Amino acid sequence: MPKVIGAVDINIERCKGCDLCVAACPADVLLLQPKEVNDRGYHFAYTANPDKCIGCAACALVCPDACITVYRKKID
Amino acid sequence: MSYEDIKKPENIVYQRPALLNGNHMHYCPGCSHGVVHKLIAEIVEEMGLQDKTIGIAPVGCAVFAYNYVDIDWIEAAHGRAPAVATAVKRLNPDRMVFTYQGDGDLAAIGTGETIHAANRGENIAIIFINNGIYGMTGGQMSPTTLEGMKTSTSPYGRRIDLNGYPLPITNLLVGLDGTCYVTRQSVHTAAAVRKTKAAIKQAFKNAMEGRGTSVVEVVSTCNSGWKMTPVQANDWMVEHMFKKYPIGDLKNTVNPAPAAHAKGVETHPKQ
Amino acid sequence: MDEEIRLMKGNEAIAHAAIRYGVDGYFGYPITPQSEILETLEELMPWETTGMVVLQAESELAAINMVYGGASTGKAVMTSSSSPGVSLKQEGISYIAAGELPALIINVMRGGPGLGTIQPSQADYFQATKGGGHGDYHLIVLAPSSVQEMADFVCLGFDLAFKYRTPAMILADGIVGQMMEKVRLPKQRARRTDAEIAEQCPWAVTGRPATRKPNIMTTLELESSTMEENNRRLQATYERIRSNEVRYQEYYTDDCDYLIVAFGSIARICLKAIEEARAAGIKVGLIRPITLWPFPTEAIASMAQRVKGILTVEINAGQMVEDVRLAVNGKVPVYYYGRMGGIVPNPSEVIDALYRDFPEINPER
Repeated sequence: MPKVIGAVDINIERCKGCDLCVAACPADVLLLQPKEVNDRGYHFAYTANPDKCIGCAACALVCPDACITVYRKKID
Repeated sequence: MSYEDIKKPENIVYQRPALLNGNHMHYCPGCSHGVVHKLIAEIVEEMGLQDKTIGIAPVGCAVFAYNYVDIDWIEAAHGRAPAVATAVKRLNPDRMVFTYQGDGDLAAIGTGETIHAANRGENIAIIFINNGIYGMTGGQMSPTTLEGMKTSTSPYGRRIDLNGYPLPITNLLVGLDGTCYVTRQSVHTAAAVRKTKAAIKQAFKNAMEGRGTSVVEVVSTCNSGWKMTPVQANDWMVEHMFKKYPIGDLKNTVNPAPAAHAKGVETHPKQ
Repeated sequence: MDEEIRLMKGNEAIAHAAIRYGVDGYFGYPITPQSEILETLEELMPWETTGMVVLQAESELAAINMVYGGASTGKAVMTSSSSPGVSLKQEGISYIAAGELPALIINVMRGGPGLGTIQPSQADYFQATKGGGHGDYHLIVLAPSSVQEMADFVCLGFDLAFKYRTPAMILADGIVGQMMEKVRLPKQRARRTDAEIAEQCPWAVTGRPATRKPNIMTTLELESSTMEENNRRLQATYERIRSNEVRYQEYYTDDCDYLIVAFGSIARICLKAIEEARAAGIKVGLIRPITLWPFPTEAIASMAQRVKGILTVEINAGQMVEDVRLAVNGKVPVYYYGRMGGIVPNPSEVIDALYRDFPEINPER
């Protein structure tokens, strides 16, 4: 059975740490940085569990600042 | 194959649309405006309408919409966007003209322009961001503020005896013969974003085909004005706003089967 | 359509001239005493001939914002109204001025304040020449005194509006709007093509081709230094207009001892009074400002060196008299005579006013 794996790139300098992507992710891939902040002072999102990503793009769709690029590939 | 290995251009399924420029949006974290701006950029790109599109920006938080989506824009006086759009479209009938307005702009000061443009059946698309509050001026009560909802000008909650009822203006527009498509959507989940995209695309298509006025209300959050986190605001919207402003198509004379136009919509434009 | 001589009302002449000039759009709302402009346009159906858009808007607010939108796309667009309606348009006019947009606004004045009267008036002089709406701006203000000038100033107004990228106003009174006279209408000009507009108005919001950056029409600027720069640019435009576009007409000024300053229809009544005064041996002259802004300050200042006194005659409580006094700067006495409430002075009242203010010329004294 083919497996779909996904990945996301987050433009952390654009991220405002709104947490909407974290809430939207069905695979618990994303979290906000608990301590680290970007140049604008936001706790940006990061891939806490990258291996769980299924490339569904839910995070990117709800992201108001269009920070997220999503990749997906089928692996046989 | 590792996580990093699949980050190649050929595997991109979603990325920032090119028409959304590099300017940092002034919106608060989690603001619905950003999502809708992104959708407009995606749709204009996908429909190949860059050189045909003229956006009319409102007064309100989206007054600076022109700073983010690289199309031609006119910034209208408060509430007058439908009048501005009327003239732009009539004088330039082959252009795709849309307004982008909030609830203060569209449902308070601009009620007359909204109703009359829709009643004339101007071939424009109206995108209506309804978050029940004046965001730009600091969270005052708007016509669509819910009963009991606290704002800076209804600090103890909106009272019907003092302030009247929340105005479901989109429902009024359904009854006008000039409207061809009236829908109410949201952008709080990935599925909702996809539906809103399909709705705006349909509205833009209607405007180009001269079908009449299309209205896409996007029930939205203003987490700063509501004094919640973005995630809490989404939950509050689902629980309270959707009761007064239920999601779904209210009128579609162009495409009577609501499900039909949702098919074939590209949710992953780069795939 | 060729050049043509017709008999018609001033309001009708505006409608005919607009079509023949090649105006792209008219957006109006009915109000007495100017409704014939919209009525004539609807009757002539120019959308079937020149392609001109004519729309009866839901309000004056909507109409002026349609003008703002249409002008933003580089089109030649206009609106008309009368005093209370023009008050409603002021916010939009301020936006049009701030956006450096060419447009033509017509005010066929009626008596005010408030709902006032439908009879003629010139009581919107201050509103028209001092800004009217919010912010530091001016309109080019043209004051017709004949039906011919109603037609001519549509063309002149648009020419100036496009030359300087600023709104122009025809400030007519109800008399000029309603009276019928012979008028020579210009021959039909073609409306500009989209290609011509793109070339002449590179700033126009027309949809962004891949070859240029977005054109954005906005009057908002939160950066104070840029906003001040925008204001300086506007003021520089106004300075150029002041230098180049002052228009006025002189009558019997070569030898006059006294000067009347009057604009619009009342200037013609004053001219009749002057002819009667001259028949009685009193040398009175007339300056009729055609542009109320820019005001013929220098012409009046230079007359103040030669005459013994000046009288302004206006159909208001004395508005232009302030600009005349500024121009005269105390050199000679400046008086005002006028009527209000829709009453128009007749020539003998004007002569009486001359005798009142300059008793030395009164033969019965």
